[in-house]
Amino acid sequence: MATAPLLDRREFLRKGATGGAALVLGFYLPGKYEALAGVPSNKPTAMNAWVRVAADDHVTLLIDKSEMGQGISTALTMILAEELDLDWKKIRTEFAPAAPAYFNPIFGLQGTGGSCSVRGSWEPLAKAGAAAREMLVATAAKRWGVEPSTCRTENSAVVNSSTGKRLGYGELVEEAAKLPVPVSPKRKDAKNYKFIGKATKRIDSLEKSTGKAEFGIDVRLPGMLHAVVARCPVFGGKVKSFDAEKAKAVRGVKEVVQIASGVAVVAENTWSAMEGRNALAITWDEGANAKNSSEAIRKLYHERAEQTGAIARKDGDADAALVGAPKKVEAIYEVPFLAHATMEPINCTADVHADGCDIYAPTQFQTFSQMTGAKITGLKPEQVRVHTTYLGGGFGRRAEQDFIVEAVELSKAMKAPVQVTWSREDDMQHDFYRPAVLVKMSAGVDDAGGVVAWKSRIVGPSIMSRFFPGSVKNGIDDTATEGIATLKYAVPNFLVEYLLTEPGVPVGFWRSVGCSHNGYIAECFVDEMAKAAGKDPVEFRRTLLAKDARQRGVVELAAEKARWSKPLPEGRYRGIAVVESFGTHVAQVAEISIDRKAHTLQVHRVVAAVDCGRHVNPETIRAQIEGSIVFGLSAALKGEITIANGRVEQSNFNDYDLVRISETPVVEVHIVESQDGPGGIGEPGTPPIAPAVCNAIFAATGKPVRRLPIRAEDLA
Amino acid sequence: MAVTFTLNGKATTVNVDPQMPLLWVLRDTLNMTGTKFGCGVALCGACTVHIDGEPARSCITAVSSVEGKKITTIEGLSPDGSHPVQKAWIEEDVPQCGYCQSGQIMSAVALLAKKSKPTDADIDDAMNGNLCRCGTYQRIRKAIHRAAAMQAGD
Repeated sequence: MATAPLLDRREFLRKGATGGAALVLGFYLPGKYEALAGVPSNKPTAMNAWVRVAADDHVTLLIDKSEMGQGISTALTMILAEELDLDWKKIRTEFAPAAPAYFNPIFGLQGTGGSCSVRGSWEPLAKAGAAAREMLVATAAKRWGVEPSTCRTENSAVVNSSTGKRLGYGELVEEAAKLPVPVSPKRKDAKNYKFIGKATKRIDSLEKSTGKAEFGIDVRLPGMLHAVVARCPVFGGKVKSFDAEKAKAVRGVKEVVQIASGVAVVAENTWSAMEGRNALAITWDEGANAKNSSEAIRKLYHERAEQTGAIARKDGDADAALVGAPKKVEAIYEVPFLAHATMEPINCTADVHADGCDIYAPTQFQTFSQMTGAKITGLKPEQVRVHTTYLGGGFGRRAEQDFIVEAVELSKAMKAPVQVTWSREDDMQHDFYRPAVLVKMSAGVDDAGGVVAWKSRIVGPSIMSRFFPGSVKNGIDDTATEGIATLKYAVPNFLVEYLLTEPGVPVGFWRSVGCSHNGYIAECFVDEMAKAAGKDPVEFRRTLLAKDARQRGVVELAAEKARWSKPLPEGRYRGIAVVESFGTHVAQVAEISIDRKAHTLQVHRVVAAVDCGRHVNPETIRAQIEGSIVFGLSAALKGEITIANGRVEQSNFNDYDLVRISETPVVEVHIVESQDGPGGIGEPGTPPIAPAVCNAIFAATGKPVRRLPIRAEDLA
Repeated sequence: MAVTFTLNGKATTVNVDPQMPLLWVLRDTLNMTGTKFGCGVALCGACTVHIDGEPARSCITAVSSVEGKKITTIEGLSPDGSHPVQKAWIEEDVPQCGYCQSGQIMSAVALLAKKSKPTDADIDDAMNGNLCRCGTYQRIRKAIHRAAAMQAGD
């Protein structure tokens, strides 16, 4: 059989439905479509949860993580291909269904987040690959009547080392799959790696450069209807009453349905649904948040900052040491709510039918999606099949269930497949935002320039009290305090307090979570301390990190590559920041210039040093750091969600703009060769950029930037 | 109302509300989902197609306005990803989530049709309307230069 190009499911559905059964080779056939496709002529054999081998040696790898741009499907493929000695050209991938076999060993459920996919999956996947390889080798050795030790594997075949004879995996798999799975299979020696550690191009670039990659919003099912939902503009508000008459008169509108989140208009196409929604007349019960505003939230935070919080970390006696310190540095830092603004608007497609429910979703949490489907339909979890598509960005937004709930409710009500699509305005105004946070910082510096005391009082909402309530203990949500409570600077008296404060705005995981704000705050404050101590920011950090070789190492590497000790051209300024998050250390040096008349800033260049320990794909590390810097720069320069009359004031990219190509600095990434770790890479590039840029502004103007986003007055 | 246009070289007729944006005609009526919905108001460029060779935001283009015109979408650039811009995108490992890349590529192809050797400033001008939340801009810039070199036979 000829090598088939990577097929997406949409193509399969089209061709499968017309009887092109040969094309389904190696593809997971979701539920009801198996019958449509006929019996595959070359059905692959599963060796374990991740590996299926077809008779023609093509291997299908099941990717049990969500691919949202971070390159995980490439990394997991590299890990399996390495231990299995696969022919790279004969690999196909598909996204795994929701099943306990794919539970993330770090979360205990199937999901993608916390930059832990490679960290959690490397060992189990490598072991699964090595076990499958051993089973294939044992089968070939038996056929040849030789010892397995006389056989080797290469390019998806077992080779008899003495005779040179080869047996492709496809010829062996049926028999091999019947063998017991080895408990401790022999792993490949790292010095023989062909894929791991080598810069490898993404496996999904062709699909993503031809429009063929299927995102959730691209799912098309026979008889599928399209829906949009009108939700109360005020958080927590409800529908009081509505008049659907005009909406129903819009061409293409099929039905208007009230669901838990609001009023849905279901139509033949997305446009008709949107037009129908425009014609709805709804009266809302705006509820308790109707008068909420950013000013009120700020005032509340400032008041809370004067109270004593729950203790997140306490070394020595910071309060006493502050009293006795020769120099004191004090500051209040503030960051706003931020939207995720994934490029693919939020969406989900559900098909509830008599014997099950199919959910086609760009989801980060398959287990939750399955549970959501089961809860709404009353079906058993195993009757709910979750088909994960590509995610057009995730950044934490797609860890939520709100869009899954809507699609399942609507399909159940309509007795038909329904795709719910959010407009950009829906997305901007009904997000789970990066928390707005205020931190009161105090430090004591001695005459020698050492830091004798550090105190941080963090005021802000708790993500975990909604998401994983059991994880909030003694008033501490680790995701709110990480990035400050976890600091490695050598300070003998260190106190971190947290005041869990409910602002009436839903909050969620946003790329790098607590470190997205605490990294900025801590690192800007370090530059304020360095100035008070009369020290250079790099030297100051080196001294405080004397005992932390990895964190100090990236500071030194970034400084060296950015030529920190060399003067800059007239009008250019530099700032440095270093943040450890998700087991990875990242330092960045930003080089800027400021137009003080226009109050504008250009970030010209960013030099990043990364120590994520042993790693799979250095090309992915570079890409993730480049992208994380742009992501963090959007927040530093522009990002701010504000509330007035209980509503989000921003609506689209006109008032919540992102960094564009003309504002993008040249990014250089330097990777530390290390056998520590591994650490994560999807998020750790984000936290250092805001403080690196703000510290460059501080160097230029002498004024610290204590509130994000950077404002015109900061550039005067 | 029936509207007829040429889509990727094929005569196409649709019978829809004349005000329906071309984006939704492509995605929902014709099931050609390579062209993406991003903002609905021409702020992000995800929906970029070519109308008579000019880049246009299909999300604000009423289908009635393309009667008799030639439309090219990402699906029409090449059957197999062999257009020089697509090859350059793959070579530079540009996509991350990939959602904006159809629009990015369509804008880049339009730029190169006008300027065979664009400068960085030309690229900024032509590409500033295309948002990428993953921040692949540095690679987009390199890929456009690479595609320019490929097209010039360098």
